[in-house]
Amino acid sequence: MSPVKNATGRPLVKLSGIRKSFGPVEVLKGVDMAVEEGQVVAMIGRSGSGKSTLLRSINGLERIDGGVIEVDGECVDPGQIDLRALRQKVGMVFQQFNLFPHLTAGENVMLALKVVKKQDKAATRAAAEAALAKVGLGQKFDAYPSQLSGGQQQRVAIARSLAMAPKVLLCDEITSALDPELVAEVLGVVRKLAEEGMTLILVTHEMRFAREVCDRLVFMHGGRIIEQGPPAELFDRPATPELAQFIGMVEAR
Amino acid sequence: MAYSFDFSSLLDYTPVLVDGVVTTIGLTAVSTVLGVALGIGGAAARTSTVKPLAVVVGAYVELIRNTPFLVQLFFIFFGLPSLGIRLAEWQAAVLAMVVNLGAYSTEIIRAGIDATPKGQIEAGASLGMTGPQIFRYVVLGPAMGKIWPALTSQIVIVMLGSSVCSQIAAEELSFAANFIQSRNFRPFEVYFLATALYLALAVALRWVLSLIGGRMFAKGVSRA
Repeated sequence: MSPVKNATGRPLVKLSGIRKSFGPVEVLKGVDMAVEEGQVVAMIGRSGSGKSTLLRSINGLERIDGGVIEVDGECVDPGQIDLRALRQKVGMVFQQFNLFPHLTAGENVMLALKVVKKQDKAATRAAAEAALAKVGLGQKFDAYPSQLSGGQQQRVAIARSLAMAPKVLLCDEITSALDPELVAEVLGVVRKLAEEGMTLILVTHEMRFAREVCDRLVFMHGGRIIEQGPPAELFDRPATPELAQFIGMVEAR
Repeated sequence: MAYSFDFSSLLDYTPVLVDGVVTTIGLTAVSTVLGVALGIGGAAARTSTVKPLAVVVGAYVELIRNTPFLVQLFFIFFGLPSLGIRLAEWQAAVLAMVVNLGAYSTEIIRAGIDATPKGQIEAGASLGMTGPQIFRYVVLGPAMGKIWPALTSQIVIVMLGSSVCSQIAAEELSFAANFIQSRNFRPFEVYFLATALYLALAVALRWVLSLIGGRMFAKGVSRA
């Protein structure tokens, strides 16, 4: 299967010169990156290379020390206290699902629709049902997270983000906490989203998936993007020894 | 000479005892609702990023937890009138119990809040929720569920501690017992009965609180 080509050419997320330190350790050393509407971008690299930090800075979960983040034409000021408007445009799915354990699947999806978007009850319910149906969990509306498998929980988390109708969805190693047999159902949902033209930025270790689904691969090393391009190109002809070594490492697994 | 028990002499005082039990229940109910509400507010303040607020609440908690309840009660009832604040016995009793439970429950609830996985707060933030919204809809429920048994014990302690309020003539169960034994000179019978009544009240209170906890905070907890 060839990579999905549905980018529109309109830049949706633009990062320039992003810097971030944790104490004395500089984890992002001036990163530039642009993602077009409809593009599916995977960030790969060793742990500690800064890819998760970069992803988390896009919706302000990490406060950056320098640089400019632009989402949908809006500048994300690092000193900005109120990130709510931005966060409604940028959905996020986490490695650990982070569902609200005291709420059912449906309530998890409806909560932000109710308190953030202030939609009425009927609209909220309909949107939540549609979102759960989209991830194949229409029957699990009233199930609590503790009654769902890891894969189902992660699909609810995706539905929860999607229901807010974000412009871009960030996925932070969303299959890393799953048992191997549950990975496919989650990746299947992501693949479907990609095919429908959703803008996706993924941090992932699923190289085969990245190769099949993504328009572009971004390889991070030591807090910098040192290589990026179409997946096939990067995998078959890595230009840097770091990427060659990284690919060797993952393929040896 | 053997003491001859005479519980029948208590029958004449049934209305006094009933009033005492009702007052104890009333004091406990009101101070539980207000005290836990105060504790939730206190815990929110103590975990907030507004440092001065956290410090003020921290001082309140330490002050109350490191002084005797009797002295707190006397301060409110006998001390405050010097500032022109005169409270009826029951008002002083409720205020002392609320302030006391508020401090302990602040600490207990804070522990529950601290146990919230950071990822759930990040998930709420990622969905565009405000800090107060995250506290109310994401953090508070599971936190209360986690600490409910500890809070239940504290509420029972406050209910039993309400006996101290007899010292300012709040007419609760201990006050009634003291009153009766000063009339019929049957301290064994009176305090035996008072003990039994407190025990029954404590058991009933635990039962009611566990029902409430199960209703309100056990959602989503796996019943494994």
